[in-house]
Amino acid sequence: MAWITQNLWLIPALPLLAAGLSSLAKQRQRAFAASLAIGSMVAAFLLSCAAFVTTLGHAGTFREPPVNFLWFQLGETTLQLGWVLDPLAAVMLVMVSFVGLLIFIYSVGYMAHDENFTRFFCFLALFAAAMLGVVISNSLLLLFVCWELVGFTSYMLIGFWYHKPSAAAAAKKAFITTRIGDIGFFLGMLWLYSETGTLLFYDGGQGCLEQSALTKLAAQTTMLGMAASTGISLLIFCGAMGKSGQVPLHVWLPDAMEGPTPVSALIHAATMVAAGVFLVARVYPLMETVPANATVAAQTAETLTPALSLSEREREKQISASDESIRVEPSAVRKIADAPQNVLSLPAGEGRGEGEGQEHAAAHAVSTALKLVTWIGAITAAFAALIAVAQTDIKRILAYSTVSQLGYMMMGLGVGGVAVGMFHLITHAFFKALLFLGAGSVIHGCHDEQDIRRMGGLKPFLPVTFGTYAVGMMALAGVPVFFAGFWSKDDILHNAAHWPVSSGPFWLGVFGALLTAFYMTRQVCYVFFGQRRAGILPARHAHDERSSKVHSSVPSSSHPPGGQAGGLSYDPHESPPVMTTPLVVLAVFAVVLGFFGTPAWPWFQDYISGHPATGDLSKLFEWETSSIMLLSTIVVALGLSAGWWLYGRLPSATPEDLDPLERMRPSVFQVLRGKFYVDELYEATVIRFNAWTAWLSDGLDRVLWDGVVRGVSYLVLGFSWISRFIDEYLVNLGFDKGCDGIRGGGKLAAAWQTGQVQPYLRVIGLALAALVLLLSWGRVQ
Amino acid sequence: MTPLHQYLFLSALLFGVGLAGALTRRNAIIVLIGIELMLNAANLNFIAFWRFSRHPELATGLMFVLFSIGIAAAEAAVGLALIIAIYRHYRTANLDQFDSMKG
Amino acid sequence: MDPVFAFLALLTTAGAVAAVSLRNLVHCALCLVVAFAGLAALYLQLNAQFIGFAQILVYVGAVAILIVFAILLTRGSEPGNQPILSSSWQAGLGVAVLVLGALGVAVASSFVRYYPVSPAPQPTVRELGEQLMTNYVLPLEVIGLLLTAAMIGAVIIAMHEKQGPR
Repeated sequence: MAWITQNLWLIPALPLLAAGLSSLAKQRQRAFAASLAIGSMVAAFLLSCAAFVTTLGHAGTFREPPVNFLWFQLGETTLQLGWVLDPLAAVMLVMVSFVGLLIFIYSVGYMAHDENFTRFFCFLALFAAAMLGVVISNSLLLLFVCWELVGFTSYMLIGFWYHKPSAAAAAKKAFITTRIGDIGFFLGMLWLYSETGTLLFYDGGQGCLEQSALTKLAAQTTMLGMAASTGISLLIFCGAMGKSGQVPLHVWLPDAMEGPTPVSALIHAATMVAAGVFLVARVYPLMETVPANATVAAQTAETLTPALSLSEREREKQISASDESIRVEPSAVRKIADAPQNVLSLPAGEGRGEGEGQEHAAAHAVSTALKLVTWIGAITAAFAALIAVAQTDIKRILAYSTVSQLGYMMMGLGVGGVAVGMFHLITHAFFKALLFLGAGSVIHGCHDEQDIRRMGGLKPFLPVTFGTYAVGMMALAGVPVFFAGFWSKDDILHNAAHWPVSSGPFWLGVFGALLTAFYMTRQVCYVFFGQRRAGILPARHAHDERSSKVHSSVPSSSHPPGGQAGGLSYDPHESPPVMTTPLVVLAVFAVVLGFFGTPAWPWFQDYISGHPATGDLSKLFEWETSSIMLLSTIVVALGLSAGWWLYGRLPSATPEDLDPLERMRPSVFQVLRGKFYVDELYEATVIRFNAWTAWLSDGLDRVLWDGVVRGVSYLVLGFSWISRFIDEYLVNLGFDKGCDGIRGGGKLAAAWQTGQVQPYLRVIGLALAALVLLLSWGRVQ
Repeated sequence: MTPLHQYLFLSALLFGVGLAGALTRRNAIIVLIGIELMLNAANLNFIAFWRFSRHPELATGLMFVLFSIGIAAAEAAVGLALIIAIYRHYRTANLDQFDSMKG
Repeated sequence: MDPVFAFLALLTTAGAVAAVSLRNLVHCALCLVVAFAGLAALYLQLNAQFIGFAQILVYVGAVAILIVFAILLTRGSEPGNQPILSSSWQAGLGVAVLVLGALGVAVASSFVRYYPVSPAPQPTVRELGEQLMTNYVLPLEVIGLLLTAAMIGAVIIAMHEKQGPR
């Protein structure tokens, strides 16, 4: 076992240490906090690279043995925690630490003038530690702990400018909304623990994601004829939905853009929101488990046709029709390949034969949980993309785009397995971080202006930002061949096209891709092309709108103060190198990463699945793959040209100009701009219901329970009054009389005791005389 | 030779004088003097009875008086020490004012 | 009546009466010395020489001097014109007379009036010493212990409160 596997805990521990140390730093010690956080991230990145390299050499048995330890023991009950290094964790580690590092560096420039700079880096480091903890944990419990920590830091960072009411409200909204999903996660975790007695993922055959536990879970049927595995999967998916902003829990993510832009880039675009996708990928063996009754059906089918089950045979026909090579149809082969990996980790050879058969059958029957994941993802992808079309805030557009892309990832997980979803996750992390940082640079350059209608014509002023932003935009939109987003999205669409259950998700995905290209073109046209619209407005007005933000994050000092005071016109400026360098690095990766997962050379997918990489250029030109590629190319071209036609050709001249879409279909556009009124719907239903319940509880509390309590208290008061009466007038009266008598007697007796010597002596003398007389009298007698 | 009863009358007289002094005077030291006188009267009785006893060689009366004198010395020492202590506390030797043991 | 006895009895009684009745306390103490000396002479008359000298040593030499010291220590702040008799002196005097009467009646009514006069014994100091060391050795030790305890006690009681450990 490699050294790094044993000491994987160091990766989250270092940023945690940095967070702890910088929390002790004074507000002034900016350089200390920033260098501590960045240094810890560099160390974590290097360690992550070491871990990544370790996993590269292993083909076949692709999972390092996990390191588990006993946390505590209560009688028979034990709780174990641990960490595991597998390609899934390794690739996430590298991505999180690398993107995190770049964003940390970017933050040094972006937050340079914030008075709470130190606190910001403390939270960032804490977030990085928690996120890395999520990635490496081998226990659902440890994952949950880090998951909640991530949510907490997200809350702290969204509300970083807590003096802004909107930021405070957004932080609360994010926290509570994700918490709704986390309730499901938590219940699922408890259920899983009560069924299997362990929360470890991998534990030498005993873990909850390994064959014995899965078989047990699949065999158990609970309410509504649902298998325990399905129920648990759905509950855990609730947590993933909350964190990853899937419909209907997506409402918090756009509001989370109230936080500083680096936070939006790191947490709400690249890493944390991807944690939901990662969770689903992590528990994928559980998700894809098909209930026992379905398995039996599949097994009977298998016995009828001994070689292959029905669906597989059909697919085999399709494949053979197109080509005879071994790896033609990635998803099918991947599914088959996924199955034995679980079996391989079994310690005993006995269960292997059975398990293999079962797994083969299970691989072709899509589980209920995965169906749900797919549908939710597909709906989210299209839904959020629609909303993004009508937004005007540069960060909100990106936020809805993030929601949409997260939907793609979920869909990819559902239709194509871990590798498909994860590939899009990684590429998306890079280009979305790039877009957010670019947006941050634009906002920074435009003196905290976020409304795209007041931008325009920025291309000459922000050359580096424009270049990198364009790369990110094309990657997101999926411009063919040279951009990462094209390949990862194509992979998802490709698998969706062959999804046996329904073709709905595929068409939703295609629709989403069209919209993605469209709204990104619209945004870029608004921001960078056309003529400048900012100067038309008085600067004071633009400034007032952002005055609350100015309060803490002063606009960069790199522009002269006179430019603002002058009012009518001030020039946007390019950001300092500390901000543009990460942009360039991210832009490079947004291009390069795509080539690791093309159909011709699906290195990434093979790496995640754990078999040796294969390369075959000819696959690009098979009809099977090229048809999808062609379709998505057409769709992207359509979106781009539509965007250009509406926004680039005739740029609007003033901020007050109506959107071209609005001119065409005002009612539809209003619905889109209102985000389908989901917030309003929640306002009218959930929140009103909540308020009503609170009102009812309040009333009940005041009238009913309070009345009961009051009645009881009056009863007790009455009793005590009676008791006091008896005590005072019956018991005490007699007692007092007795006491008075005794006291009177004591006083009388005390009067005899004068305390003086002579009266005592007198009494003695009298007694003596009496005694003498008595004796002598007796003598006389 | 003086008969016994004369000594007894003298002893009774001394006792009466001592008792009268102890009962009538205010000063604590005079009271103590009275008590000493009463003790001495008792001693005189013992000596007289010894002188007139049938077995004077046993010297019982003498021994009794000897011990009585010793005890009287102890009593006088303690009594006077008490008077000094009380005087120091109350700044007076007036017995009428010593009534802190009053019931 | 034997004139010597009469003189000694008169001296003693007068000394005793003066000792309890004079206003000046120092005079009282001096009269007490006279009474003690008369008593010592009476003891000598009764052939109790050792006791007589012991009386002089202890009472005249020690107790009377002690009383004088006590008088000197307690005198001072009190004004001289205060009454010397206590508030209830009549009752005290009555009781004293009653006791005197009772004792006189008792003596007068007893048979001692007719008691024969025996020959005078001549006890030597040697005999007394032998008696003390044999028959009365235990009382002697006890009285020694008592005297020691009384002395220590007297010192502790009379000690200034500031100086003591209390």
